Amino acid sequence: MEWTDDAIILSLRRHGESSAVVSLLTRDHGRHVGLVRGARSRRARGFLQPGSVIRAVWRARLADHLGTVSWEPGVQRASELLEHPARLAALASACAVAEAALPEREPQAAVFAGMLALLASLADDAVWPSAAVKWELGLLQALGYGLDLSACAATGSCDDLVYVSPRSGRAVSRVAGAPYHDRLLALPPFLLAPGATGTAADAVAGLALTGYFLERNVFRMRGHGLPAARLRLLDRLRRATSSQGDAPTAAS
Amino acid sequence: MSDIDRLIQSLAKLPGLGPRSARRAALYMLERRESVLAPLIAALSAAAEGVRTCSTCGNLDSTDPCSICADPRRDPTILCVVEDVADVWALERANAFRGRYHVLGGALSALDGVGPEDLNIAGLVGRARAPAVAEVVLATSLTVDGQTTAHYIIDRLEGCEVTVSALAHGIPLGGELDYMDDGTLSAALKARRPLPRGL
Repeated sequence: MEWTDDAIILSLRRHGESSAVVSLLTRDHGRHVGLVRGARSRRARGFLQPGSVIRAVWRARLADHLGTVSWEPGVQRASELLEHPARLAALASACAVAEAALPEREPQAAVFAGMLALLASLADDAVWPSAAVKWELGLLQALGYGLDLSACAATGSCDDLVYVSPRSGRAVSRVAGAPYHDRLLALPPFLLAPGATGTAADAVAGLALTGYFLERNVFRMRGHGLPAARLRLLDRLRRATSSQGDAPTAAS
Repeated sequence: MSDIDRLIQSLAKLPGLGPRSARRAALYMLERRESVLAPLIAALSAAAEGVRTCSTCGNLDSTDPCSICADPRRDPTILCVVEDVADVWALERANAFRGRYHVLGGALSALDGVGPEDLNIAGLVGRARAPAVAEVVLATSLTVDGQTTAHYIIDRLEGCEVTVSALAHGIPLGGELDYMDDGTLSAALKARRPLPRGL
């Protein structure tokens, strides 16, 4: 068995003195795990970090074996983010969520493409908080728990959608949701317009929204809550927002 | 299982030793019982009995507080935060740091389920609040986990009257640019500094 694919490194677990079991999100083969020999070598360890993009070759005698991964370097993201706490938190969160939420060996091309876009956006503080929310929204969609934000669940109207029902995951308009506003989740406006970005406060609301459905539909079923890295990202953004007021960006 | 097999199996669990090298080590020791095996047994037994974790910094030593914490010649105003005892040993080998240490016991790791409560961060905050401490040097690994831990510590040290610094990142001594990876080169360029001119 052998395949070659583009892959994003989600995590590495040390194996023996010099190797590591690496978890990859690949373009065509989904989340895949394999043994990388020499992963702790001086040459490799700088590059093999969560978020790095590599060209991976996976080989095994049988399909259900762990297999070994040989690789060629692509794009290294972590080194540019290490000094930026919020961006680093976003990278760690996305990797931890993908690692914990995605089933192994199920192709998820859209999630892969979304994560590449998220990683590229991490250079821009005005963009990445919104990109992180949209990536999680796409992840929910890929896992079969997509939210329906096209029209109000109560009236069918497409205007003034400001809430999401925690029960159905459908949008609710301001008028229809007013009597229940304390029980509904906030819907930040940038999620309704493709390509739009929101403020830091919008991103916090967006992460609260996606976090609710990820926890309820994906993680609670597996007996645990949201990954700690994801909780730390939301906490950091909340603190940034409260210290800056409603700033236009979530600057690190 | 024979005694020899049990010895080989125990040795094979040590880092750097596989079954084959464990077998060689066991045979070497058994053939030199008086000169090698007996002193090794005595040293292992003494270490198991006497070595303890320093209640101040988390270092390993035969005294508590450890010899570094108890040394009055050490600068008590600077604390160097490291992930493991091995990092203390590495810095001591370099003989370049004369302050005191704080061993976290690892780094935050989503994969391994290591959270802030699993690390000795509360102890660090307590030490940093002491009026004698003026600077905390973060010497965590330059990895996603290591730097996530560093940023978390910076947050936790808010309100402490200390300067927080970090080790420089860049080209190692004797390093040649042609052999550097992209990340190291990029970190080194970002951390460039003006050089003094003249004499």
